[in-house]
Amino acid sequence: MILVFCELKDGKLRKPSAEALSEGRRLADASGSKVGALFVGASTAGAADATKYGADVILTCEAAHLASYSSDAFATAIADAVKSKSATVLLGGATAMGKDALPRVAARLGAGYSGDVTGLSMVEGKLQALRPVYAGKAFATTSFSSEVQVATTRPNVFEAVEKPGAGVMESLPAPAGDFKAIVKEILAKGTGKPDLTEANVIVSGGRGMKNGENFAILEELADALGGVVGASRAAVDAGWGLSHGMQVGQTGKVVSPTLYIACGISGAIQHLAGMSGSKYIVAINKDPEAPIFKLASYGIVGDLFEVVPELTKAAKALGIGAHH
Amino acid sequence: MKILVALKQVPDTETKIKLSADGRSIDPTDVKWITSPYDEYALEEALRLKESKGAEVTVVSLGGDSVKDVLRNALALGADHAVLLKSDASDPLAIASALAAFAKDKGFDLIMAGNKGIGGDNASVGPMIAELLGIAQANVVVKLEIGEGTFRAEREIEGGTEMVEGSLPAVITAQKGLNEPRYASLKGIMGAKKKTIEELDGAAPAGVTSVLNMVMPPARPEGRKLMGDAAQQAADLFSALKDEAKIF
Ligand SMILES: Cc1cc2nc3c(=O)[nH]c(=O)nc-3n(C[C@H](O)[C@H](O)[C@H](O)COP(=O)(O)OP(=O)(O)OC[C@H]3O[C@@H](n4cnc5c(N)ncnc54)[C@H](O)[C@@H]3O)c2cc1C
Ligand SMILES: Nc1ncnc2c1ncn2[C@@H]1O[C@H](COP(=O)(O)O)[C@@H](O)[C@H]1O
Repeated sequence: MILVFCELKDGKLRKPSAEALSEGRRLADASGSKVGALFVGASTAGAADATKYGADVILTCEAAHLASYSSDAFATAIADAVKSKSATVLLGGATAMGKDALPRVAARLGAGYSGDVTGLSMVEGKLQALRPVYAGKAFATTSFSSEVQVATTRPNVFEAVEKPGAGVMESLPAPAGDFKAIVKEILAKGTGKPDLTEANVIVSGGRGMKNGENFAILEELADALGGVVGASRAAVDAGWGLSHGMQVGQTGKVVSPTLYIACGISGAIQHLAGMSGSKYIVAINKDPEAPIFKLASYGIVGDLFEVVPELTKAAKALGIGAHH
Repeated sequence: MKILVALKQVPDTETKIKLSADGRSIDPTDVKWITSPYDEYALEEALRLKESKGAEVTVVSLGGDSVKDVLRNALALGADHAVLLKSDASDPLAIASALAAFAKDKGFDLIMAGNKGIGGDNASVGPMIAELLGIAQANVVVKLEIGEGTFRAEREIEGGTEMVEGSLPAVITAQKGLNEPRYASLKGIMGAKKKTIEELDGAAPAGVTSVLNMVMPPARPEGRKLMGDAAQQAADLFSALKDEAKIF
């Protein structure tokens, strides 16, 4: 069986989980195997959603003491599910939780682990993973020699395909409740917007923005496009009040949106490393020689303070955000 | 308190990647090697704990002779002991196993690592060490408080952060924002030259993953510049995104 660790948010399957599940379905079809979707938590209501993306079996590990995330408790629940189902492949979205729990599970099972992969295939019954290395400056294909093979899928890369599965529900016993560490509190900023790593549209600002207040024009454009705002390291480190979480690049977030709009960003190698996986790149820079233009699908040589408001106006006129 | 910091040597972020003839690794010619940037935050946090609470800081790196540079630099910054685990292992689980075997039974209260070693970008050695030692973990940490046998760690998640509380010993992996790493002083650099780097056999088990091949990223399709004034460029951009890219 191919087991996919799935996450719920507000009773709905998270998009990175739907993507991992769809990829699991595709691999299972190619290798004549079954797909199980695994849910862990205090309530797994909404788990039935997994049927839509091809789950043959929906495994739920539910207990009141699993209400908050705990690395060790979730790792135990996931590893036990792998063992009880004799799963050979374990997938999950490369989310904050997936990247925290699955390497731990892999170590428990003596399994090979490949993180943040952008391509998967089954070759002679074994998983092979394609993943960016050097922050996307190269791509490596990883093969596994362990019996169990574990990978996390990079959000926004695999398509979530609706393909109904049998969706047979089965509950699993929960691990005991004495944890070494547990999440006590979520300190979310509560924007309700997707994270940079999951966003379809990103509008990023660099040193060319001149100050933090000017980021308001990027927020407006992002809102009009249904997107979120990112930044270069120079902007984050400038003391403009931008959070570290906004940084895109080799030492920030590696993103793969459909559309990335770089405003006043020169295109340093470390920045490019974080966003070169974007499907379409638009660069706005007053310097025609800026390296970012080498990557741009559409380049706009101009003053961002003139161009960005025009983009917002045009986007609003077209009612673009509404389609997103 | 005893703190272990795991340091990985990686190519400088400025490196222009070229592939080796074997097609499975990068060409090391002209590569400048540095301590992985996230590991610098890990080390800095350990040094600050040493200063505020009193701690003995050991740094460890697994690799060949060249990683002594990373260890020497950490000694210059204020680490007390440095250990080289000699090994050519590249699989994350094999590396984590060797590091965990070294740490076992040595009484470390805290094991600090980077959330990801840049280059390999595995982001897995930290949690693997925690699992192999059967201890707590908190990854991608931007704020850390150490209590009596406990920790509180603020870690980055989608759209915000969460507070993880747990018991020591624990593995904590650092994220940018945790602190601002210091520079080595001349006195530190001179002092580090006199300290010894302990060399041990890394004794990593056989790996469970291997790199079959490495390729350069696919070339991006040729782009084009949009002409005219800002309003014209905006109009052209959206018609291109609609008609060519079919985004909207
Ligand atoms: C170890 C290490 C890790 C790093 N990691 C990252 C990382 O993760 N992410 C990252 O982004 N960087 C990273 N960097 C930093 C990187 O090297 C660059 O310094 C940084 O990306 C530059 O940011 P920038 O493009 O915003 O600024 P600059 O390079 O200063 O570029 C500003 C651009 O704005 C343009 N401009 C100015 N005014 C206007 C205007 N009115 N209209 C239009 N254009 C205008 C200019 O022409 C210029 O091209 C890292 C560096 C190191 C050493
Ligand atoms: N060879 C190594 N020697 C010492 N520490 C390492 C080594 N490889 C990884 N680490 C530690 O584990 C962290 C995560 O690395 P990785 O899982 O390779 O991305 C690094 O930031 C280091 O702190």
